[in-house]
This record gives sequence, structure tokens and C-alpha cells, in this order.
Amino acid sequence: MRNSWVTWVFVLLLAIVPTAVFSGYHLFQLTMVVVYAVAILGMAILVGFNGQISLGHGAFYAIGAYTTAILMTTFDVPYWVTIPISAVVCAGFGFVIGLPALRLAGHYLALTTFALAVAVPQVLKHRWFEDWTGGVQGLVIDKPDAPFGLPLSSDQWLYLFSLGVAVVMYVLAWNLVRGRIGRAMRAIRDHATAAEAMGINLAMVKTRTFAVSAMYTGVAGSLGAIAVAFVAPDSFSVFLSITLFVGLCAGGAASIPGTIVGAVFIEFVPNLADKVSKAAPGAVYGVILIAMLFLLPMGAGGFLSGLWRKAVGSRMAAIGETRPVAAGHEVGVGVDLAGSLSTADPVHARRGESVKP
Amino acid sequence: MAQDQSQPLLRISGVQMRFGGVIALGGVSFDVGHGQICGLIGPNGSGKTTLFNCISGIYRYSQGDIQFEGRSLTNLPRHQMAGIGLGRTFQNVALFRNMSVRDNILVGAHNTAASGYIANALRLPVVRREQNDADRRLHELLDLLDLRQVTDTPAGAIPFGWQKRVELARALMTRPKLLMLDEPAGGLNHSEVDELADLMRRIRRQLNLSILLVEHHMNLVMRVSDKVVALEFGLKIADGTPDEVRAEPEVIRAYLGDTQEEDEHAGAA
Repeated sequence: MRNSWVTWVFVLLLAIVPTAVFSGYHLFQLTMVVVYAVAILGMAILVGFNGQISLGHGAFYAIGAYTTAILMTTFDVPYWVTIPISAVVCAGFGFVIGLPALRLAGHYLALTTFALAVAVPQVLKHRWFEDWTGGVQGLVIDKPDAPFGLPLSSDQWLYLFSLGVAVVMYVLAWNLVRGRIGRAMRAIRDHATAAEAMGINLAMVKTRTFAVSAMYTGVAGSLGAIAVAFVAPDSFSVFLSITLFVGLCAGGAASIPGTIVGAVFIEFVPNLADKVSKAAPGAVYGVILIAMLFLLPMGAGGFLSGLWRKAVGSRMAAIGETRPVAAGHEVGVGVDLAGSLSTADPVHARRGESVKP
Repeated sequence: MAQDQSQPLLRISGVQMRFGGVIALGGVSFDVGHGQICGLIGPNGSGKTTLFNCISGIYRYSQGDIQFEGRSLTNLPRHQMAGIGLGRTFQNVALFRNMSVRDNILVGAHNTAASGYIANALRLPVVRREQNDADRRLHELLDLLDLRQVTDTPAGAIPFGWQKRVELARALMTRPKLLMLDEPAGGLNHSEVDELADLMRRIRRQLNLSILLVEHHMNLVMRVSDKVVALEFGLKIADGTPDEVRAEPEVIRAYLGDTQEEDEHAGAA
């Protein structure tokens, strides 16, 4: 326990270092890593821990961003006050959208959320909302300066501010997923019928998890809007949803540290691809993505837990020796599952389930 | 036993279940008393599992009633079954395969706690209290079911016989008054079946509960049950002590039968 505290303090200090080392565009990129990490964390809670697939989280990111932008431009609300308001608004949207999700599973849910992602930019452009949203033009918001006369540039302050919000969000998420509610979320993912027999109210947990997930991605949208100092409908196209999903897979769906790796991936790999080939960055991005999924099929988080499972696997062999375990095929199943199961990826997990004795 | 003993723990009266034109249960009635181990037997397709699913709310029966402590289960949502004291295991083991054995068993404590999203995210004192209580019971069950060695292993990665014990621990974690076991001996070898019989008697004694046992394994059922109910083609053909049921001509005919095929059934059981 003490060890993990030391680790976290160290990680936090490490996260503050860039403020001194980088400036301008590089610091902005790191701010966006923090923002994407929170957005992907929201998806991880829903997809990774609860097993509900969403391809439309860009919509919640957009709603969060616009909530902040409208509050700041139209209502002159201070930027930091918009964060909790945006959290509540996005949680509300998430809850409502989570209701039809109760009746949809797997790829049907993925398609429904995808439709949401397609619809949102068009709604934002619509003339009914133009007075608030600024229509196609979008909204320009003022970049906040460091408070209390701190000797920090605007970029430095934004990085630290986003980092502070993210740390709070990560601590809350960590507490949530390791406790009673997190166990209920994962139980539903792994076996809904059994979860129900243990007294878990499926509908309640799934809708509330959807709300929490939307809240996280919405807060990320708010932070992103403040960092970019501009929102426009076309920043939140379907591609954003897909990008977030890519980040989720790169990090490993049910891994909290993995979300940071995923955020680094979606922020820097497109730039890297651009540097490799100006002509076809998309192709390079695709190759890197395929390579990544080939080398780490369960994402960065899955890779780490895979190492752990190997250690556990050898321990299971030891148990087989100390205690006779039924017929031979059962031992075989244990080994089989150890090899093919994934903690990180519910899709793989389902494949594992079909290997029943 | 502090419960009200004037009525049976579980009362099944005239339960009918149809799938289309097929009558899976044709009006079955029997009781399970407090502290009793009740075995439910019958050849394949006799309606054992159908009845089990009616009690646990997976199927909605078309006629009749099932009462638990005098309360009808007919319209009770499935997720409230654990809360009133009905714990169960599944025929083919339904564990949360990607979760550790510890977390699997702790999921069983879900209905004995009440903290919500906000309390958990903020890790309020109530969450800690609940966690301590659950951990204490977890350790008792890890000892009772001999699962110490695999506590932190993913449940999908341990051998089948062990998985069955994890599932039993998870069901016991819900603090059931009636523990319903769906073919617990399926896939176990001889020595494991012997252990299971001991374990069931120990559980009943230590945790003060009743057990409804649906099982093919005649030997096991006859050994541990106080009462045995036999079904055939959706109808009850016998109901009594193991010795009475064993002597019942209908049961002998159903199990030992007069055709070669049924003979094989009895052999497999």
C-alpha cells in the first residue's frame, strides 16, 4: 500500500516536469494527451469494465466542449466553473442514451452509438441552436491566464490545470472500479445472468455506468475546448469517436494505466505518420496501428496483465502437482484458458468462454 | 434456527410450464423444509432443470405458485432473489472468468451491501466498513472451501473442479437461506464427489441453511439428502426419504426401466 503511494507521487512529479521543460506547441500536445486520457478513461469504464461497446463517445466529448464554450461565451461563466456543470450535463445525456442501450448488446449498441456520433455535428450546425453554438463558425473562447499571479504562461497553466482535473478523475475512477460497484460492472461484462443471480440490478448498473462514462468523456471535452480555445462542429466528427476507440484498444480496454498509453498513441502517432510520409500519413498510421495490435493484441494494459498471468500460470501447474485435479482434460482447460484468456479485452474473453469443458 | 418454522421454507404448488405445445412441468408440488437437504432427481428431460429455472426466475411458469417463506416468487425481479435468501449455482459453472477468484466471491456480497457510485468513488467510510465485513466473510469461505491458493488467480484459469468450489463460495457469500445447486457433481471425479458430499453437510451445519440439490448422480443424492423428490416427464413420481424413494416402483421403472436406452441412462447417472 505504501509502495503504491510512493509510485503515484513519483508519477505525479514526473507529470509536472514537462511544465518546466517544454513550452508552446509541445506543451499543448501534452495537455491534449491528458485530455484524451480522461476521455479514453470514460470509454474504458463503459467498454472495458462494463462490456458495453460505444463507437459514439465523440458525441459526449462534443457536448462537454460545447457546454463549456457556451457557458463561457454566452453566460460569462469562469472556465473552471464550467467543468462541474459540464460533468452534470454530460452525465444526464449519458443516462438518457444509456436507456435504449439496455435493450441492445454488442454490435447493435456499437451501431446505435455510432449513429449518435454521426448526428451530433449536424445538430450543432443547425440553425435552431445557432445563437448559442455559433453554427458552422463555432465559438472562440478566451485562453485563461494563470491565477493568483503565478509566474506561469497560459500554456503551462492549462497543462497543470488539466493535469489536476485528470488526477482527481483518475482517483475517483480507480476507487469506483476496485470497489463494490466496479465488481458489479465487471460481473455484468463477464456473465450477466450470474451477476443478476448475485443480486445485481443490471438495468441500474448499466445506465449509471453509461452516465459516468459520458461524464468522463464530457469533462475531457470541456478541458479540450479550454485548451484549444475554440470549438467548431467539424472538430467533433465521427473520426473523433473512432480515434478515441483506437486509443482505448491501444491502451487495453479494461486497464486504467492503459488509458494514458492510448492517449499518447492517438496524440503522437498521427504526427509520427505525417513525418514518415507526407503523401500517405493515413496508410502509415494504419500500419502502425496494425503492428501495435499484432504485437500487443490486448493493448498496453493487456500486455502487463499478460505478464502477470504467466507468473500465475506457473503457480497453477504447482497446484496440479500438490493436489490431483480430476480428469486430464480439465487440467488441459486450465492451461488452455491461461493461454487464450484476456483480462483486458471483453471480446477475447467471450472467445475464451466458448472453450468450456 | 430463528426462522418461522410453522411453514416450509420453499413451497412449490402446482407449477406448470409449457414450451409451445410441450408440457415441461405438469403441475408439480412439494416443500423444502428449514435446514433440509432436498434432492431433486429424474431422468434427462424430466423437468428438473426447468423447475430449477422456474424457482430462480429464469422461466416464468404459466400456472401454480412458488412461495419462499410464505412470499410468492411469481413476480419477483431476478436481481431481488439473492436479497431474500435464494442463492444458486449454475449447471455449467457461470463464473466471471476474467475476474480473480477473490473478486468473484466478493460479487456475492453485492446484495449484503448498499453503497452506490458516489460513495464508492469518494471511498466514504461506509465503503470501508462494507469492505471489511465482506473481507472477513471472504476469508471464512476461502478456508471453508480450500481456495487460499488461488485467491488472486483469474477464475477462468483454474481447473474445473476448483471453479465449482469458487461458484459455491460465491453463492454462500450472498448469505442464502436456501442454496440451490444445479448438478454440482457434473464433471467431478469420484474423490471430488465424496468431498462434495462432506462439504454439503458441513455447509448446512455451519451456515445453517437449506439445500435444494438437482443432480444426476444418484449415489450423491441418496447419501446427502433428507428428502428426495423424483420427477418424470414433468410429473412428480415420488417424494420421501431416500430409502422410501429408492423403494418406489415408479422410480425403479423410470431409472432401471425396461428398455436398453434407459438402462444406459441409469448407468451414466
